Amino acid sequence: MSVTINVNGKPMDVEPGLTVEGLLTLLNVKRDYTAVAVNREITPKATYAAVTLHEGDKVEIVRPMGGG
Amino acid sequence: MWDTNLVLGGKEFTSRLIVGTGKYASMDVMREAHEASGTEIITVAVRRVSLPSGESILDYIDTKRYTLLPNTAGCYSADEAIRTCYLAREAGLGEMVKLEVIGDQRTLFPDVMGLLEATRTLAREGFTVMPYTNDDPIMAKKLQDAGAACVMPLGAPIGSGLGIRNPYNIKIILESVTVPVIVDAGVGTASDAAIAMELGCDGVLMNTAIAGAKDAVAMAKAMKLAVEGGRLAYKAGRIGKKLYATASSPLEGLPDWTS
Repeated sequence: MSVTINVNGKPMDVEPGLTVEGLLTLLNVKRDYTAVAVNREITPKATYAAVTLHEGDKVEIVRPMGGG
Repeated sequence: MWDTNLVLGGKEFTSRLIVGTGKYASMDVMREAHEASGTEIITVAVRRVSLPSGESILDYIDTKRYTLLPNTAGCYSADEAIRTCYLAREAGLGEMVKLEVIGDQRTLFPDVMGLLEATRTLAREGFTVMPYTNDDPIMAKKLQDAGAACVMPLGAPIGSGLGIRNPYNIKIILESVTVPVIVDAGVGTASDAAIAMELGCDGVLMNTAIAGAKDAVAMAKAMKLAVEGGRLAYKAGRIGKKLYATASSPLEGLPDWTS
């Protein structure tokens, strides 16, 4: 059994009970200057380990990129 | 010569040139250009990480040395722009934001209604709001009243390189607000930056003019000198313009060559 979430616009099958912390580790995302939103709500860094992802959740992971 | 610093959100900056991080030929060129520009503030966009996560632009920016200025480029509503600012703050990019609410894809002109709304909300939430706006003195005053830390009128459309299209409006903006005025967008070459500063602007923000130049590092240096030169000329106080000549040499004491 897995749940399907959406990460940065792409579907992704993950283990049930996966947290934001677990997802970032799985994707090998750098933590500095990174922000996460789940279903349009910002997830504070301090709560990464406490927020569990559920079927259909929309996760946005952002970082600074080149811009003017 | 004596000069004050540029003050934004309680922070003081010696350099009056703000530069971007977009469209450089390479990250190494970008880093060198930043160095040559003498800038202290660098704009960044906030975007989805590309997965799998690899090289980051921040590997090429010394964040202890430069202040990062996240923008809300690509936001077409106050709501999107506000959310982007919250994301930037949560990411640790600080509370100084270059606020853009874009009204139209072709011109990238600002949607000033959305801009004003977002400025009011973000200023109330403690952000140092630097709004990209039209060269409209009335809107500049409204943005100041809404809590903007400065106003950033465009010289010309973003990336157009057309220079300061309406210097008279920029002049009126300077007389209309007490917050710093920073020309954002439209600069094509060094003289454009110098003109902005000679008008009395407090700073200039640019990306494409440097990043898109054949030699970005040389152009960054040119912009540094232009901003400094323009500022000095402004402080020095230029002479008035006259239609006819005024001789620089004495009219008295000419030898008599008549026979």
